[in-house]
Amino acid sequence: MTRHAMSAPSTSATLHIDWTRCQARGACLDLLPDLLRPDDDGYPLAATPPRERSDVPVPPAGLPAARDAVDLCPRLALSLRPLP
Amino acid sequence: MTSTNAATTAMMPPEGTLPSRLFAAGHRADAARHVARFGPVPVPAAADLVMELRASGLTGRGGGAFPASKKIDALAGPPGTIIANGSEGEPLSRKDATLLEHAPHLVIDGLVLLSAAVGPGARLVVVAHPDGAESVRRALLERRDGGEIEVRVAEDRFVAGEATAVVAGLSGAPATPKDHPVHLTERGVGRRPTLLFNVETLAHIALIARYGAEWFRSSGTADDPGTRLFSISGDGVAEQVVEVPGGSRLAEVLTAIGVEPTSIQAALVGGFHGRWIAAGDFGGRLVARPADGNGNGNGGIAAGAGVVLLLGAASCGLRVSASILDYLAAESAGQCGPCVLGLPRLSHRFAEYSSGRDSDPSGVRYLIETIPGRGACHHPDGTVSLARSALAVFAGELDRHRSGSCSEGGLA
Ligand code: SF4
Ligand code: SF4
Repeated sequence: MTRHAMSAPSTSATLHIDWTRCQARGACLDLLPDLLRPDDDGYPLAATPPRERSDVPVPPAGLPAARDAVDLCPRLALSLRPLP
Repeated sequence: MTSTNAATTAMMPPEGTLPSRLFAAGHRADAARHVARFGPVPVPAAADLVMELRASGLTGRGGGAFPASKKIDALAGPPGTIIANGSEGEPLSRKDATLLEHAPHLVIDGLVLLSAAVGPGARLVVVAHPDGAESVRRALLERRDGGEIEVRVAEDRFVAGEATAVVAGLSGAPATPKDHPVHLTERGVGRRPTLLFNVETLAHIALIARYGAEWFRSSGTADDPGTRLFSISGDGVAEQVVEVPGGSRLAEVLTAIGVEPTSIQAALVGGFHGRWIAAGDFGGRLVARPADGNGNGNGGIAAGAGVVLLLGAASCGLRVSASILDYLAAESAGQCGPCVLGLPRLSHRFAEYSSGRDSDPSGVRYLIETIPGRGACHHPDGTVSLARSALAVFAGELDRHRSGSCSEGGLA
C-alpha cells in the first residue's frame, strides 16, 4: 500500500485532464513522453500508476513541457494545478 | 436492465422490525401528522444548527459519505442555491423515493432550516423522480413556508444523480457530469456557491435541528452515528426500504428482515457502483466510510448509496455482474473517451472471461487497472470496482464455468 508513496517523485504540480474535452488528439503525448502514454484509443494514460489519473503529478523538471502541452492542447483539455 | 424508479411503489419497512426515526410519523405522513409527531419546524440560531451538525457526525447519505457540516464549512459565501437531491439514478435504489413519499415534510424542513441558517434568500430546489416530485409538490401545498421551493423532475439516467450533473441540469444544460476542478460549494448553479444534499441527509438535519447531536448519536456507532436507509432487494426477499442504525452488521440487518442466511451466497452492497460481499463476510459492519478505505474486510462494508442486492445460492454472481456491467457501460454519459470506450470493452471482456470462453485474465485485468480515475465523474471507477469485486468473490463460480458448469445449472 505504501509502495507508491515511497517511490513518488518530487512533484511540483499536477496536470489536470478534463476528460469531457479531451478527444485523443495526442499533442500532449508527444510533448510529455515521460508522464503520459497512449491507451489503446490514443487517450493519455499516466505513465506511472498514481491513484488519480485525471491529475497527473508533474516533477519540477517537467514543468516547461507541461506548460507547452497546456498551451498546445487543441481541445483546451489540460490545466496545471498547484499541489493542494 | 431497466430502471425501476418510476414503476414500483415505494415500500415502507414492515412495522416493528427495526427502529424508525425518519418514518416515525407513519405512512404517507401529511403536514398534520408530521407536526403532531415532530412538532413545528424549530428556529435554531444559524450558528447552533451548524454546531449541532458538526457534533452529530452526520455524513451525506447520497453515497459520498462526506461530513454534512464540512460541506457547509466549505461554502465560499452564502449559497445562491440549496438543492435537495433525490434523483436516485441507481435502478436498485428506492430509499429517496420512499422517503419523499412517506416523509416529504422532513425533507422540506431540512431545506427550510438550512436556508435559514446559511443561505437566506437562496433558491431552494428539490430534484426527484416523478413520483417523489409529485409527493413533494403535494406536501408543499400543505404548508406556508413552501411557496418558494422549486420542484424539478430528474432525468431517469444513472449518472444524472451525480452532484455536478444535477447542477448542470439546473443551470439549463443537459444533466451530465462536468469536470469539477472547483467544488460546488465554491461555484455551482449560476457560478455561485451551491449546497447540495441528498434528501435523506436533509431529513436527518431536520431531526438534528429538533433533538440535537446527542440524540442523533444515540443510535449507530461512534464512527457511523445515526440511522441510514437501505433499499434491499434480490433473491428470497421482498423489495423494501429499511432504516438501520449506523454500523449495523449486515447479518443483523438480514436477520431483522427475515432472510434465511443459508439461502444467500453474496450481497452487492452500495449499489451498481458498490462491491460484492461474500456470505462469509456478512458479519462486517455497514458504515459510511470503512477504515481500510476499500469497502470490505475488517474496516467495515461501505454503505455507499444504501443499496443491498441479495444473491441466492442458486444464482450465478458472474452472470448478474455481467448484466450490471452491460447496463453501466451503456449508461456512460458519452463525454469521456476512457469511459465511453473503456466500459463497453470492460463489459465485453468481463463476460468473455467470466463465462469461461476466454481463459486469459490479462485483458480484463488491464482494463481494471487502466480505466479508474479517467473520467469527469466516479462512473468509470465505480464500474471497475464492481467488476473487480465480482472476480474476487465469485472465484469459485469462475472455476465452475471453466469446467463447463454454473450455479444456475447447465453450461455457463
Ligand atoms: S492534447 Fe488535449 S485533446 Fe489531445 S490527447 Fe492530450 S489532452 Fe487530449
Ligand atoms: S466519466 Fe463517463 S459517465 Fe462520467 S462524465 Fe465521463 S463519460 Fe460521463
